[in-house]
Amino acid sequence: MKIQTLSVLVQNQSGVLARVAGLFARRGFNIESLAVGITDRPELSRITIGVDAESPEVIEQIVKQLNKLIEVIKVTELSEDSVARELVLIKVHATHETRSEVIDIVNLFRAKCVDVQKDSITIEGTGAPDKLEALIEMLKPYGIRELVQSGLVALGRG
Amino acid sequence: MPDKELLTGAQAIVRSLEDLGVEVVFGIPGGGILPTYDPLYNSKLRHILMRHEQGAGHAAEGYADATGKVGVCIATSGPGATNLVTAIGDAYMDSVPLLAITGQVASTAIGTDAFQEADIRGITFPIVKHSYLVKRTEDIPWAIAAAYVIAKSGRPGPVLVDITKDAQNGTAPYVFPEKVVLPGYKPTVKPNIRQIKQAADLIAAAERPVLYVGGGVVKSRAYEELAKLVEATGAPVVTTLPARGSFPSDHPLNYGMPGMHGSVAAVGALQRSDLIVALGTRFDDRVTGKLDSFAPHAKIIHADIDPAEISKNRYADVPIVGDVKLSMEKLVEFLPGTRDLSGWVRYLDGLRSRYGNPNPEPVRDGELMPDYIIKRIGELAGPDAFFTTGVGQHQMWAAQYLPFKEAGRWATSGGAGTMGFCVPAATGAKVGRPDLQVWGIDGDGSFQMTNQELVTCALNDIPIKIAVINNQVLGMVRQWQTLFYGERYSNTHLHSTRIPDFVKLAEAMGCVGLRAEKLDQVDDVIKQAIEINDRPVVIDFVVGKDAMVWPMVEAGTSNDDIMIARNLAPEWEEMPL
Repeated sequence: MKIQTLSVLVQNQSGVLARVAGLFARRGFNIESLAVGITDRPELSRITIGVDAESPEVIEQIVKQLNKLIEVIKVTELSEDSVARELVLIKVHATHETRSEVIDIVNLFRAKCVDVQKDSITIEGTGAPDKLEALIEMLKPYGIRELVQSGLVALGRG
Repeated sequence: MPDKELLTGAQAIVRSLEDLGVEVVFGIPGGGILPTYDPLYNSKLRHILMRHEQGAGHAAEGYADATGKVGVCIATSGPGATNLVTAIGDAYMDSVPLLAITGQVASTAIGTDAFQEADIRGITFPIVKHSYLVKRTEDIPWAIAAAYVIAKSGRPGPVLVDITKDAQNGTAPYVFPEKVVLPGYKPTVKPNIRQIKQAADLIAAAERPVLYVGGGVVKSRAYEELAKLVEATGAPVVTTLPARGSFPSDHPLNYGMPGMHGSVAAVGALQRSDLIVALGTRFDDRVTGKLDSFAPHAKIIHADIDPAEISKNRYADVPIVGDVKLSMEKLVEFLPGTRDLSGWVRYLDGLRSRYGNPNPEPVRDGELMPDYIIKRIGELAGPDAFFTTGVGQHQMWAAQYLPFKEAGRWATSGGAGTMGFCVPAATGAKVGRPDLQVWGIDGDGSFQMTNQELVTCALNDIPIKIAVINNQVLGMVRQWQTLFYGERYSNTHLHSTRIPDFVKLAEAMGCVGLRAEKLDQVDDVIKQAIEINDRPVVIDFVVGKDAMVWPMVEAGTSNDDIMIARNLAPEWEEMPL
């Protein structure tokens, strides 16, 4: 599945997220990832949405429908070379026998250990989605106990 | 702002409406909106007290359709607001400029499941063009002005303003915005000339062009521009359900309505066309039939003010975003010429003469025929008539048989297909255009959903005329049961000739009740109704229940499979081009 990232600049008003999310539900578009946050201007928020890019026509229709929302200021279709990051927290099983191996992997991915217990390590990773996917794959054999992942945030280059 | 007048929120609501030039509002008071009804009492706004909020919504729609202005309706919180939902949804589907103002519980009570609390903004998210929840008194004038501007401009639609009771009760300096600036809302009105030129070149080169005219032409009141475009191109025209009347039905190049119950000539024109010029229309499934077999040889020029409609259902070779009025004007200006279309026109004339609406038989098996009655009403009502309809068979016969010589004399529920639209829409239309003879062509099913608004009409000097085409059944549903469910008539028999007695019901509501059961009574009751102008009139036309609407493209099938009667397809002769 190919994911298209849309960066949606909206007025920071109550109900705007419900309107955007509701539009996706109503028109039958799937949200794969979602992140909302403020921008450098307090009256504006940015919603970063990853959608299943079935076809260019579907993306075009999503963009047009988003643009119809009065509170949407601008919709940008981010290209593949845009800077895109996710955050993941992974609690992985680690005893004194495996701990150093896990830490090696963490270092290899330039991730961080943010909590260490007798039988587990919690790891914070940031990066492009494929890098985090690889990190998770590497940690799986040790036993992932819990995992939480943020939505993608992204900016176009230049 | 010490020099600004201090007003309560309630006063600000009324004053804002007055400052916007609103003359009429349709509504019902209740606890959550009660503060606003106090200043309304001595306002110059005319408030029509309806009997159901759905009626208030449809009346505002009928008013908007008849006048081209924004229709305004008011309801209280909770059930008052939810009763508006159907009308808001209807206005959304048919792009009717509607401003719905609702009371809301106090801002401190929101979210507590307070008495008569409903999250009407949340409920209506999918069916509004936009909405506001106003919790502060000082925000009221801006919200109402913005809602009004949004409802009216671009592609029109319903806008909800939900105002808490404490905001209505509070006091603030009244500041009416001179200009509403919305950073995310800039409808494209002027068409791109490069696209216009491309489109004009395509039209000039087309051998079998069709102008596919939709409700946008009516919304834009672009009748003259359409007539000029037809004249300049010589192209055949088809007008969709909401666009009936936008081009005179008796013009030789008008081939009627396309779609599920459209004419063979109109459907055939689209299917065999090499260029469809779509004007303020949206390739609705009721028009296209099975989408992948719709107009297979046609290139598409799509002119619409809503860019999201372009290439939504059918890919547009040349998109033109803008007000269809300006787009048509520019198309005429840049048209380099046209080809000889006489072969194409002759072909469509052939279809029309073979499969055009026959004169309906007045009586079959001793029973009056519904299509005949509707045709007679159209003939007798004359040029100053305005028609509304309910939804179902009677609506389709009205679309097929009314004269449609004048533009802008028609209000019907197209996209939503809202039964019960007729009586309240006629109410609103008559309020907006008291100079017109307003007729509602209704079915006995639709009529029983909203007929209580005749009380509103009787009490408020709104003399509308309602023709109930009483076939005793939910006719369109029954037609589908006949055709697709083996004549198993599950729950479609209303027994409306026994109960209620529509004549007595009409009289009880302060109207004149008339009835026609025999052919020699038909003209007589229509003429009587036309003569009565001091009260509403209801005519109970008792008709047979087995008449079916033809032609028909079965849902989900190709337009090519249009049937002109049960198991009877037209014969398509080869195009002689």
